[in-house]
Parts: sequence; C-alpha cells; structure tokens
Amino acid sequence: MHYSVFKIISEGLKGNTGWKPQWRDPEPRKEYDVVIVGAGGHGLATAYYLAKEFGIRNVAVLEKGWLGSGNIGRNTTIIRSNYLLPGNEPFYEFSMKLWEGLEQDFNYNAMVSQRGIINLYHNDGQQAAYLRRANAMRMAGADSVMLDRDELQKLCPFLDYDNARFPIKGGIMQPRGGTVRHDAVAWGYARGADERGVDIVQNCEVTGFQIKNGVCTGVETSRGPIKAKKVAVCVAGSSSRVMEKAGIRLPIESHVLQAFVSEGLKPTIPGVVTFGAGHFYVSQSDKGGLVFGGDLDGYNTYAQRGGLPVVEDVCEGGMAIMPMIGRARLLRSWGGIMDMSMDGSPFIDHTPVDGLYFNGGWCYGGFKATPASGYCYAHLIAKDEPHEVAAAYRLDRFRRGAMIDEKGMGAQPNLH
Amino acid sequence: MIIDHPLLGPRDSAEFVYLGDACLIERPDWQDENALDAFHDYLYLRDNPAGEHRELWFHEQGDRSWLVVTRNTLTHEITKVELARDVARALGRSK
Repeated sequence: MHYSVFKIISEGLKGNTGWKPQWRDPEPRKEYDVVIVGAGGHGLATAYYLAKEFGIRNVAVLEKGWLGSGNIGRNTTIIRSNYLLPGNEPFYEFSMKLWEGLEQDFNYNAMVSQRGIINLYHNDGQQAAYLRRANAMRMAGADSVMLDRDELQKLCPFLDYDNARFPIKGGIMQPRGGTVRHDAVAWGYARGADERGVDIVQNCEVTGFQIKNGVCTGVETSRGPIKAKKVAVCVAGSSSRVMEKAGIRLPIESHVLQAFVSEGLKPTIPGVVTFGAGHFYVSQSDKGGLVFGGDLDGYNTYAQRGGLPVVEDVCEGGMAIMPMIGRARLLRSWGGIMDMSMDGSPFIDHTPVDGLYFNGGWCYGGFKATPASGYCYAHLIAKDEPHEVAAAYRLDRFRRGAMIDEKGMGAQPNLH
Repeated sequence: MIIDHPLLGPRDSAEFVYLGDACLIERPDWQDENALDAFHDYLYLRDNPAGEHRELWFHEQGDRSWLVVTRNTLTHEITKVELARDVARALGRSK
C-alpha cells in the first residue's frame, strides 16, 4: 500500500473504500533462512535491512503480540548521537545518518524532525565535561555546539536561569538531534520488509528453541515449530525471559522507565532540553503536548507501570528548570520495560549457541538506535561478523574488562 | 510500594535504596580454582526473573539496615521481608 496526494483525492471521491492493509498477515511456513524473534522497531529494522541491503529475503519476524507493541510505542521519540565513548559514539552517529535518510529510504513519513537537543550545564566542572563530550562527538563526525548563557537564552527564554540551587550557565547542543514519529518507524520498516518478502507473523509467541549439540536449528512457537538456519532474538525488555529458554543468563536487569505527556500547548519548546543537575528531559510533540521523563523507578520489574515517587521526582526536575511547566496539566503517563545492562550499553552479538544471535540491553537508549541496530544486526546475521561501528557490543566484554560505561557507574544497572 | 520492615513495620519503599538480586550475598570464594568465572557470573550475570524475585533493599532513610525482600516483578506484591543479616547468617556467614 503506497500513498500519494492523488491517491488521497481519488480515495476521497470513492468514499475511502480502496485502502488496503500495509502488510500481509501470513501463516508461518515450516522453514526460513532467518527467524527474527520480536517485531519491534529493532526486529523490523533488522528484517528490512536483511532483505534490502544483504539480499536475505526468506525471513520471518515472529511477534507474541502485535507489531510495534513494545518500546517502539512507549518511548519519548528522541534521536541524538551525543555520546562520549569510542565504543558508542560512531554507532549512534551511524544511526543518526540513517535517520536523516530514512524517510526517503523506506518511502514513509516518519516525521523526522531535527530541531536540536540541548543538555544544560550548571557549573564549571560540568561545562568542562560537556566540552570534552562535544569534541569527542566531532571526532566521530557528529555535530556539537557549546552555548553560553546568552546564546541559550535566545533559544530557550523560558528556562529559570537564576535558580538559586541550579543556575543555568549554558548548554551543549547537537543541532541534528530531534524527534521522530515513533510508530511510523515500525510501520515503515514493516511495510518495507513485507514488500520484500519477509513474513511478519503476529500473535505467534516463541516458547522455546530447538538446540541440538550446541546448534540452534529453529524455534518452538505457539503456532507450531519453525525451522531456521539462523535465529535472531531481538526482544529488549524481555531479553532475559526469552534467552532463558536457550539456557543463557544475561548481564541484564529489567527496569521500568516512565514517561509523561501534558495537554496540548502552543509551540514553546525548541527541540529537546535536558536538565543537568537532576534527571529530567522535555520535548514538544507535533500535537503540542510536552513529552517528558526522567529516572528509572529503580527496582527489577516487568510491570509496564511505575510508582508515584518517580512522578514526583520528574516533576520536581521540570519545575527546577522551567517553572512554567507547573501550569500545564498532565494528560497521561506510562511505563516501558528496559533491558538495563551492567555497563549501560547494548549487545549485538553471537551467543554461545551456534546459529543463535542476540540483540538487546538497550537501556533507555533503544529508540534512537533503531536504524543502526537493525543494520548492524542484519550485518552480523548475514556475514557472521560484526559491523565495524557495533564491534564493541560483545557479550563477553565484562570478562575482558572492556566495559562501555558512559556514566562510570559500574555494574549497577539501575544507575545507568 | 510498602515494605513491611521486620523491625520498624510498614515503610514506604521511597525510604529505601535498591541494590539488586539477593544472590549478591553469596560472594564466591576468591581462592577457588574457578574464582575468575565465579566472580564474572557473580558480578555481571543475573537471572532477572518475571515473577518471584529475592532482592536487596537498603533502608537509607531509616535504620540503615539491609533487607532481603521477596517481591513479584510482575505484580509488585511483596510476600516476605527478612533482615539480610539473618539471611547471611543462615548461609553460614559470620556477619
């Protein structure tokens, strides 16, 4: 199903009776070259790039619920590549470049809106740290701008610059950062993969793996066994639950992260703004709602809801940098389950079982990584070697002492 | 969530700091032959179950005791709260 102005007009004249589903609803076949477990953003992107870039089209994407029902539908839609460490920054910059060409690539309106992301700083030490980050970003080919208070004030006049506790001294900006219509990313990838012959099988839960002599030859599902030369798990949020069926323990805890939307307001926030002294970030959706969030609740959970202490903490952060947010009413809030890894960075890797691949541990940075995660995972599956920008995302990095710990928190998942 | 502290009675979970899986009490023997593997698994790998989970909470805003809380990660229902000290001693630890 493709869309154009002429299609809209002609359908309007025909009473909108000619629209068709954007992808098929196929019965799963007995055997595929590649089975991807999980039709979320990353799984669909993997299928799309496998078919489009690596020529592997005999692929099924199996999904327990409906496609895009996980964190691709529960995030705060921010894209950015403002990381510090060499293992991360080239990967996220690769992702940013894919975002920039995404809509043309899969011919779908994902509303990629590069309005910039600003991280505020409140003291000299933080300024120095951000300057270091700005330089690290530039060395990886990303863009960064240091803003002093006057420059920042022109962009964001609404911030509380002279707050007694956390005065705002300036910020680091990535002008190419921004937001994307998150659901459309899943739909665009799904349609693109489906058109190239990928079977997206919904309501099909993987209940086990067929593993013989250390080789994975397929999966057991609620709709019968499916054989596959390669099985690629891509279920961030539930990674431990699924990989347990293959007998693999992961360096991951599941935590809930809450997000909030206010009532619709006139355009007021340019891009994304994040607080430097607490955990709070805010952007404005195209409908006008302020979309904001903050910290994890902090305890292991698989329930997609959080508690009130974090609601209070996030709102306090909001009040500290932009007191006007206190006049907006909260419309809704929700929680999503994160794979929190031991160093705050993800995994795209082989597993100890031959033919079984793993993608997960995205912490709360999975959405922005969607295109690069899919591309690099497809590369790993197709060529059996990691893509150069994802080469550091190995499962054995803790054993080797090669952690990618952006925040320097150590092996404490709820602090990343 | 309300944590029913064995000494202080029901307390708001916001008074506590969360550490993680209670398996952290069982620190491997550093002189063991497989100490390297054991410490890797101890430090970095987790069961991360969906359902009953035994976990360590620290009563930072209270009496500063460590608790082992048995909680369901799907429903947040807390079924058992013990002093971590008692759990460790039952495992043969001296403190």
